[in-house]
Amino acid sequence: MNQASITDQQDETTPQFTGAEILIKCLHAENVQFVFGYPGGAVLNIYDAIYQQDQFEHILVRHEQAALHAADAYARATGKVGVALVTSGPGATNAVTGIATAYMDSIPMVVISGQVPTYAIGEDAFQECDTVGITRPCVKHNFLIKDINDIAPVMKKAFHVAATGRPGPVLVDIPKDITATLNQFEYPETVEIRSYNPITKGHSGQIKKALKLLSEAKRPMVYTGGGVVLGNASEELTQFVRSLGLPTTSTLMGLGGFPATDKQSLGMLGMHGTYEANMAMQECDVLIAVGARFDDRVIGNPEHFLSRPRTIIHIDIDPSSISKRVKIDVPIVGDVKSVLADLNTLIETEKPVQNTAALADWMQQIEAWRGKRFSDFVLDDKLIKPQQVIKTLYEVTKGDAWITSDVGQHQMWAAQYYPFDKPRRWINSGGLGTMGVGLPYAMGVQLAYPDAQVACVTGEASIQMCIQELSTCQQYKLPIKVITLNNRYMGMVRQWQEFFYENRYSESYMNALPDFIKLAEAYGHVGIQVTNPADVEDAMKEAFGPKLKDRMVFMDIITDQSENVFPMVPNGKGLSEMITGKNS
Amino acid sequence: MRHIISILMENEPGALSRVAGLFSARGYNIESLTVATTEDATLSRMTIVTSGNDAVIEQIIKQLNKLIDVVKVLDLNDGKHIERELMLIKVKASASHRDEMKRMCDIFRGRIIDVTDGSFTIELTGSGHKLDAFIESLDKSAILETVRTGASGIGRGDRILKL
Repeated sequence: MNQASITDQQDETTPQFTGAEILIKCLHAENVQFVFGYPGGAVLNIYDAIYQQDQFEHILVRHEQAALHAADAYARATGKVGVALVTSGPGATNAVTGIATAYMDSIPMVVISGQVPTYAIGEDAFQECDTVGITRPCVKHNFLIKDINDIAPVMKKAFHVAATGRPGPVLVDIPKDITATLNQFEYPETVEIRSYNPITKGHSGQIKKALKLLSEAKRPMVYTGGGVVLGNASEELTQFVRSLGLPTTSTLMGLGGFPATDKQSLGMLGMHGTYEANMAMQECDVLIAVGARFDDRVIGNPEHFLSRPRTIIHIDIDPSSISKRVKIDVPIVGDVKSVLADLNTLIETEKPVQNTAALADWMQQIEAWRGKRFSDFVLDDKLIKPQQVIKTLYEVTKGDAWITSDVGQHQMWAAQYYPFDKPRRWINSGGLGTMGVGLPYAMGVQLAYPDAQVACVTGEASIQMCIQELSTCQQYKLPIKVITLNNRYMGMVRQWQEFFYENRYSESYMNALPDFIKLAEAYGHVGIQVTNPADVEDAMKEAFGPKLKDRMVFMDIITDQSENVFPMVPNGKGLSEMITGKNS
Repeated sequence: MRHIISILMENEPGALSRVAGLFSARGYNIESLTVATTEDATLSRMTIVTSGNDAVIEQIIKQLNKLIDVVKVLDLNDGKHIERELMLIKVKASASHRDEMKRMCDIFRGRIIDVTDGSFTIELTGSGHKLDAFIESLDKSAILETVRTGASGIGRGDRILKL
């Protein structure tokens, strides 16, 4: 049933729909394209209603966690609200990791969970858990529907809250009896929540002040985060950076917000950021943070960071992100896209006089740091260097792939050696750091963009956390390319144990690994193992070649076990206290 | 520093646990918390007494405002305000101590609201300090039971927290 016919039904003859049908109509009204889920007792009515509609596609995963991750990636890749559906009890608890992952990275999602019937709530019924209570700390908001009349207004609110302001996951818990109750359907056209009015427009006085500070600065610096990507502000950011000629760095979450191959880009900053980005961040005199939150992996020790005098401007839609870890001199609360557009307009009208001599000196200093080339790596003729794999991936995909990753060393290498020129191309779990996201993330992206090249960069440890999804990939014929950097270790754990625990590799060795090639084949996919550095390029070309275009390919790439991620700012240290590795 | 924060929030199930959960999750102190509905049945008014430096209090206010159910937040310490707390205290009042206990109650402007052969139950309202002072002034062995509401606060004069 389409949207037009829904609105035509507002008369005395209004048909009665079950709660489940009403819920589905709400999803239709929101133009939902995919629902990622897994059925179960409490959601049987909802699944019955799904069976009788064809407006959205339901994607059946193999574990609820993957449903959440796939919906999350769909949202990250498209900017639309991702939708997941799980049953009560274990369905909901399995979803929690996915919800928390999305919450930490501010991803808009609506999660629908089944609940035991209202009369059984609190009686320790089969598959009952307090879903609203369990998820409360890791959602933007959640609802327990206790009245059939609330379904449509609550769903409207859920989509509104998820997508506006600082986005985030919203959970709607629906008891089974409500989904069987009959009612009319009317989807509200507008929504008003008196306690929820996010500020979008930045304060013009503060914006003027920011521009003045940046123009007069001797060592200005732009530091951008995930807010630029989430806020679709790449164009505005790029115009802003280029018009003032400022050096710019990005967090892990912001990669692609500004073209990485632009000379104004210093790459990623933080624990595994580039030498030049971290030094410039530490030494700048005026810093403008755009949709970023000064977290521990980005600025290291805040006391060390603040030991240098610096004026800080911070644009963020969430007032609580401002002055949370670092005191801000010029806060600008607002939507980054709107604030940057205002800044750009101001630059055009006021034509501010910049301190060009000082800026030239500053850029020269930055080039000197960049010239140390700490990010270079040395190829080996026997062992495959993980960096080499990522570089080859970049070349073979011509820098135009969608890259998802899991969590660990491979994630950092992917971030460091695959320069992203476009937003939303880099999909990973930055805040929560959830191992296992890579494969379901790739599913969400590939479904959103069926013709795109989608690669999941992972490790042999991470991939096993959601490996059952190889089955989902087969069911929906998703031609994802899994690039496994197999070093037989939980690499990042091993690296920390090498640096900080005197090589005591406690439980970080992945013993009894499966034969990934046979495993991929067992699921009906193509497996390619690469052990020789000379074969990496050809194998990658084969995987992405026309012959395997429609197939999922699992590449098991045996890499150098001893390789570490550099530079590294040790935990608790300052940004300029990097360990720079072999080249230093 | 001690702060008294007033919150106007939707009178929804779970709203209280959102606030309490926020404080425990982020490691903020709660010295006391009191909540009840207002004259508008859709709204609850909560008073939280907490402590922290300026940066912590600023974060508490921002985080509270971020909760979807929270309509308005006011740090009463930002201006002149009044705070009151109610205590019900049951004390021994045997024949020999009865007059003495009655006098103490009068001095603190308390009211005896229940009487038995051996005990008084006294209702006492005031600032937390006043209630503390009353407890201090009694012989510990005379106290049978105490129950306190925690502070409620309101701004003076034109300072009004309303929709």
